[in-house]
Amino acid sequence: MLIHLPVLQVIIPLLAAPLCLFLTKPRLVWLFALIVSGLAFLISGLLLQQVMTSGTIIYDLGGWDAPWGIEYRIDRLNAFLLLIISSISTIVLIAADTSIRKEIPADHHVLFYILYLLSLAGMLGIVATGDAFNVFVFLEISSLSAYALIALGKDRRALWASYQYLIMGTIGATFILIGIGLMYQMTGTLNMEDLSKRLPEVSQTRTVFTAFAFLIVGICLKLAMFPLHLWLPNAYAYAPSIVTAFFAATATKVAIYLLIRFTITVFGLSFSFTHFPLQLLFVVLGLVGIFVASTVAIYQTNVKHLFAYSSIAQIGYMIVGFSMTTMAGMTATLLHLFNHALMKSALFLALGAVMYRIGTTKLTHFQGLGRQMPLTLAAIVIGGLSLIGVPLTVGFVSKWYLVMAAIENGWWPVAALILLGSLLAVVYVWRIVEMAYFKPALAGTETIKEAPLSFLIPIWTLILANIYFGIDTRLSVQVAQAASMSLFGVTP
Amino acid sequence: MLLGHYNYWIVIVLMMIGFYIVIAHGNLIKKIVGLSIFQTSVFIFYISMAKIDGGTAPILAEGIEQYSNPLPHVLILTAIVVGIATTALGLALAVRIKEAYGSIEEEEIQNKDNLDC
Repeated sequence: MLIHLPVLQVIIPLLAAPLCLFLTKPRLVWLFALIVSGLAFLISGLLLQQVMTSGTIIYDLGGWDAPWGIEYRIDRLNAFLLLIISSISTIVLIAADTSIRKEIPADHHVLFYILYLLSLAGMLGIVATGDAFNVFVFLEISSLSAYALIALGKDRRALWASYQYLIMGTIGATFILIGIGLMYQMTGTLNMEDLSKRLPEVSQTRTVFTAFAFLIVGICLKLAMFPLHLWLPNAYAYAPSIVTAFFAATATKVAIYLLIRFTITVFGLSFSFTHFPLQLLFVVLGLVGIFVASTVAIYQTNVKHLFAYSSIAQIGYMIVGFSMTTMAGMTATLLHLFNHALMKSALFLALGAVMYRIGTTKLTHFQGLGRQMPLTLAAIVIGGLSLIGVPLTVGFVSKWYLVMAAIENGWWPVAALILLGSLLAVVYVWRIVEMAYFKPALAGTETIKEAPLSFLIPIWTLILANIYFGIDTRLSVQVAQAASMSLFGVTP
Repeated sequence: MLLGHYNYWIVIVLMMIGFYIVIAHGNLIKKIVGLSIFQTSVFIFYISMAKIDGGTAPILAEGIEQYSNPLPHVLILTAIVVGIATTALGLALAVRIKEAYGSIEEEEIQNKDNLDC
């Protein structure tokens, strides 16, 4: 049983999705989905523990040896990502039953859980697999279910957002497909490990250059890197709250994983960063992304939009850390991946709670909400502080590592700009605080009550995790360091 | 040399036509048509890549020495399925958008959204 964990991780949610159709009661399906996601969480925990103690796990699907068969290769990086995805998915699902009652018509509830599980299976698959074409298949499984999930939003703009995401996402995925095809043409293999051995021999050919360019652009579309982020704000703002909380924490992270995997493991650091001006490109776009997206976030009137733009800015930080191509920079990026997942899922869940009580997330409706929903708003404030990077929260830890990595590289201006970017976060978080705590409540809102427990439990679990990992950084830093060591081929 | 690789030229031409339609047209259905053409060009690319001059279908039989590579064919079957799913979902969304907005023109939808804000 234990040796089959890598495949069970993906297969369980994938098979569970159609099974939901047999359980016709929405409550029952919710419980079932929660158990399935919990199982995936348990498996990813076991995998991480196994990988940390005994090294990379290689699993041949169906007993066919790689490179002929498909291989699942779990190293420290994948195991870390698997844990992030499955843990966030499980915690967010706790609130799903309550939340979707208000936001999705009753006859769509079962379908919602099916799509949710498919999307989870797709993301876990992208991360677990060691086969380039398999990546594309799982990418489409997770994306197609994501488009449908976003279209479930109450507002009609959700449909338009979903359509735009479908067009952009499909272009991105097809670019990735072209890249994989060109790589296969040159090497005759799809296995990532095999590719990394054979690509250096042909690395000077134009075909490989083209393959790399297509792959990078496709992946950057998927990860919403500035200026390819146009699909993200509306998709996050109009999707059902649960979907936003889940995707904000996981979907772009998976794409960042792909970026790291392809540039560093498959193509190799020297190809990616010396043949291509990738470093300059990513530093500049990352920094511009931080400033543009943070500035746009300040002017938003819908809090969901505000945090969606803030997500794009946070992706900028990860891109800057990645572009340093040092172990410290990679550690900072991986840490921020984990920490940002914790912050954003907590924040968007809290917005889900606000949506549940007052039916909108417009900033003007936040007036005086600090007294009516004290626990939910306190969660938003702590999450916001974490976003800014205040000490004792996880945000501080990853910003600290990022600034340190920049200084270690001698990139003083970059370090200064990262800190300046945080100041912009102060502004947009303050706008919410001001509205919620320093303005009198709107007339006729006396009846608004605190969010139900099914919201408060997952929100505060995530917020406490935000604080816990901000103080006791041993676990997260250790895993992130081990993952970046294994990426750069250094044995600890 | 140029004509010998004519299928790759077709791939590039189709790809650019499809991509252009997606970007330039405001009609949601036309966009999906463009997207389909764009994806189809990639299918042809994969199939061309597998072809070997004088190679036959990969069947074990006497007197046949050279086979075309069957793997890209299999890969592209998967990609075709994905393409159909995408088209179906896109069209379904277009139907829902028509119901909700009363239009499938990008500009009109955008205008109505701006009024809502």
